[in-house]
Amino acid sequence: MHASKIASPLAVGRNVPRKDSAEKVAGAAKYVDDLVFPGMLYGRTIRSTIPRGRIAATRLAFDQRGFVVADYRDIPGRNVVALIEDDQPFLAEREIRHTAEPILLLAHESRDLLLRAHVEIGYERENPVLDPESSPTAFKSLAIDKGEIEDGFSEADIIIEGEYRTGHQEHIYIETNGVIAVPQDGGITLLGSMQCPFYVHKALKSMLGWSDERIRVVQTETGGGFGGKEEYPSLIAGHAALLALKANRPVKIVYDRAEDMIATTKRHPAIVRHRTGVKRDGRLTAMDIDIVMDAGAYVTLSPVVLSRGAIHAAGPYRCDHVRVRGRAMMTNTPPNGAFRGFGAPQTQFAVEVHMERIAETLGIDPVKLRETNAFRPGDTTSTGQILGEDCSALDVLRRAVRRSGFRTRQRRYAGTNRGIGLALFYHGSGFTGGGEVRLASKASLGLTERGVQILVASTEIGQGTRTMHAQIVADALGVPFDDVYPVQPDTSNVPDSGPTVASRTCMVVGRILQQCAEEMKTRLGGMTPREFFAAHGPMIVTSEYEGPSGIKWDDSTYRGDAYSTYAWACDVAEVEINPDTFEVRPLKLTCVHDIGKAIHPVLVAGQIEGGTAQGIGYALIEQVVMREGSMANAQLTNYTIPTTLDTPPIDVVIVENPSRYGPHGAKGVGELPIDGPAPAIVNAVRSIGIDLREIPAVPEIVMKAIDLGKGKTDARHVPL
Amino acid sequence: MIFTLNAATVDVDAHPMKRLLDVLREECGLTGTKEGCGEGECGACTVLIDDAAVCACLVPFAQVRDARVTTIEGLGGDHPLQRAFAEEGGAQCGICTPGMIMAALPLGEKPSLRKVREGLAGNLCRCTGYEAIYRAVRKA
Ligand code: FES
Ligand code: FES
Repeated sequence: MHASKIASPLAVGRNVPRKDSAEKVAGAAKYVDDLVFPGMLYGRTIRSTIPRGRIAATRLAFDQRGFVVADYRDIPGRNVVALIEDDQPFLAEREIRHTAEPILLLAHESRDLLLRAHVEIGYERENPVLDPESSPTAFKSLAIDKGEIEDGFSEADIIIEGEYRTGHQEHIYIETNGVIAVPQDGGITLLGSMQCPFYVHKALKSMLGWSDERIRVVQTETGGGFGGKEEYPSLIAGHAALLALKANRPVKIVYDRAEDMIATTKRHPAIVRHRTGVKRDGRLTAMDIDIVMDAGAYVTLSPVVLSRGAIHAAGPYRCDHVRVRGRAMMTNTPPNGAFRGFGAPQTQFAVEVHMERIAETLGIDPVKLRETNAFRPGDTTSTGQILGEDCSALDVLRRAVRRSGFRTRQRRYAGTNRGIGLALFYHGSGFTGGGEVRLASKASLGLTERGVQILVASTEIGQGTRTMHAQIVADALGVPFDDVYPVQPDTSNVPDSGPTVASRTCMVVGRILQQCAEEMKTRLGGMTPREFFAAHGPMIVTSEYEGPSGIKWDDSTYRGDAYSTYAWACDVAEVEINPDTFEVRPLKLTCVHDIGKAIHPVLVAGQIEGGTAQGIGYALIEQVVMREGSMANAQLTNYTIPTTLDTPPIDVVIVENPSRYGPHGAKGVGELPIDGPAPAIVNAVRSIGIDLREIPAVPEIVMKAIDLGKGKTDARHVPL
Repeated sequence: MIFTLNAATVDVDAHPMKRLLDVLREECGLTGTKEGCGEGECGACTVLIDDAAVCACLVPFAQVRDARVTTIEGLGGDHPLQRAFAEEGGAQCGICTPGMIMAALPLGEKPSLRKVREGLAGNLCRCTGYEAIYRAVRKA
C-alpha cells in the first residue's frame, strides 16, 4: 500500500481489471468439481420416474459393499427445504409429487460402480395434474388494483383483448450444480457452486437441527447462476451432507448435464391475458390483466416470482385504471424457480406484444403509441408508486428509435421477409416491497496488513461482484483499487448480506459497503490504511442496510413503492424469416439501457450483451419439451442455446440517469436485459404480418401463427 | 502410455477408453479443462491435439498416444489471448473461458469476425453473449 498522499485515480466508472480475470483465463480458478478431498466419495441421487403417486417399495438391486445409502430416515432434523413454505422434502417419504423427485442417496468411492448400482422403486400411481389452468391448487393468488377498472372501460373507445404464452426456460449455466460436504470436528462444511450461501446455511440448520456454528457454507468459484443456483443448491447440499455424515467422509455430488436439466428449477411458464381499454388516439384507459404461472410441484420461490411478474405486468405505461390478478398454480412437474428476470420477462412479453396489437388495431405507429403512454416522472404505477426524475422510459425509447434507424428500416423492410420491432420495458431493483428492510443485510470491511478486505455474502457468479464492490470501496475510502480485495463468501467469516439475486448486489450491497467505507475513513482520521494498521492493528467496520426514507409498501394490499428505483430500457430487434423453414433469424439487436451509473462499463455491457443473448434464446430456440411431466429433451443437443452463429450483433448503449439510492446513482442491471429481447423479436416478426403471440417462437409455433392468420378476416398481408 | 502434454513428455497409466477429459483432470491434475456437457456440445473441454481443437470429452485416452496435447495450463497465463480475454471482459463466470481460448488459438492473429464466429461455433458461453469474446480474440 502506498503511504503517499497523492490521490489515486477514481476507480468507479473506469474499466479497471477484474479481480478474478487472471485466474480465470489461466484455468486456475477452482470450481467445485476441481476440488478433491482425501477419502472423498461420490454421491448419486435416486429419483422418482413418475409424476405423481406413492412409493410402494424400494429395493437395492446391487452388491452393497462399499456403498453408503441414505433416505429420509437419516434426516436428524426436519425433512423440508426451509425457504418460503415448508413443503418440499429433501427426500420423499411416501408421496411423489413430480418426476425426478429425490428419494434415495447413494455414495461410493468408484463413480463407475455408483452409476451401475440399480435401485428398483415400486409406485402406486395417481393421475398427475399437468395443466396449470385446470389445477385445483393455487400456491399464491394476488391482486393489484388502481382506480376503478369499470370506469376505465367506460372511458374507452375500443377494447382490445389478447392471450400470450411463454414457455419454460432452462438456465444452462455452463457449470452444472454441485456441492461437496466435508464432515469435521462435530460440524460440517459445504463447498459448492451457489448464489446464496446463507440460504444453504438456513436449510441445513433446519435439516440437521444443529446450531449455527456447526455448519459452514463456502461458495466455490461459480460457473454461472442466472437464478438457477439461488434456491436449488440447498437441496444438493442437504443430500451431500446426509451422505457425508453417514459415511463420515467427504462426499461430492456434481450433476451431469442431463440430471441438471431434468431435476433442477426452470423459468415459470405463463399464460397472460390482457383486456385493455384505449382511446382512438392511443391513450390507455383501462388495463385488466390476468396471469397464470405454472409453479410446479412445490412452492419454492413462486409467490415472489408471481409478485414481481404482477407488478411489472402493466408495462412502463401510465394508465389510471389497472386491475391485475395473478395465480401461481401447482402442477406435478419439477418445481420452477428463480431465473433472471423473476416473473417480469413473462408479463412484459405479454404487455409489449399486446401494445403492438393495440397499435396495429388503431393503425397507430408503435413508437407513437408508446410515446403517448410511457411513464414520465410524476406518473403513478399500478401499485400507486409515484415515479421520480430517475424515470427514463421516454428517453430510452427515443434514443433506441434513433440509434437503430427504426423508421428507415421499417420502410426498407416493408413487404420483405425482414421485420423490425421494439419493446419498452423496466425492472425494479432489489427485493420487492418491504423485502430489503426485512432482510436487513449487513456488510463489513476489514483493515488488514494487505489492505482493505471486503466481507460480504454476495457471490461472484460472473457478473463482476468482486470488482465492482472493490471499486465502490476504493473510491469511498480514497485508496487505490489494488489495495481493496475480496474474500470468498464463507458463512463462518462474512456477515449475511442477503442473497445474490434481484439485481441488488451493486445497488443494495454496494451501498452498504459504501457506508462501511465512509465510516472507516472517519475512523482512519486522516491516516492511510497502512499507517493506521501499523499504529493500531486490524479494524472491522460493519454496516446494515438502511431503507431509503419516504419509501412505503403494504404487502397486504400491494400498494406503495414496490421498488426504490427502476432501470429502464428499450430494445429494437431486426429479424429475417425463412419462408421455407419458418425459422426466424435475428439480424441485430439495439439495446438502450438506463442503469443509473455504470460503475464498470465493460461489466455492465457484459450483463446487457449476455442477458440479451439469453433473451434471444428464450424468444426463439429454447424449448423445454415436457412429456408426462418430465423434460424430454434434457440434452444440449436438443435443448439448444444461442451459439456464436445464432447470436446477432448486439449494439449496447448505456444511459446514466442516476437513482437517489444506489452508490453513485447505480440501479440494478443484472435482470433488466432479459425482459426485452423476446417481445422486441416477436414484434419484429409481427411487423412481417405474422400474428405471433407465443414463445419460444420455434418454426412450428410460427407456422401455426401463419396458418391461423390465414383463416382470419382481419389477417394482415402475409408475404410468404 | 507416452504422449506430450504441454510441451513435456509424460507417461500416464490410465484405461485406454477413459475420456481424455478425465485423464487430464484426474490423472494429470490439470483441472483447467472443464466439463459442461460430456456430449461434445459445449466446448468447455476444448484442448489441442497436434494443433487442432478437439472436445476432450469425446476423445478416448488411447487416441493421444504419441500425440501432442495442449491444455490451458500450457499457455502459461500470459499468452496474448489470455491477456485480451482479461482486458475485454471475455471471461465472466470463467467456466467456458479455457475452452474458448483453446478453440481460439488455431484461428491465428487478428482473425476476421466471420472466422471467429465460425471457429467458436462449437463453444457455448451463457454469460457474455459472445461480444466481449469476439473483441478479445480479434485483438489478440
Ligand atoms: S464437455 Fe465436452 S463438449 Fe461439453
Ligand atoms: S463466461 Fe460464463 S459461460 Fe462463458
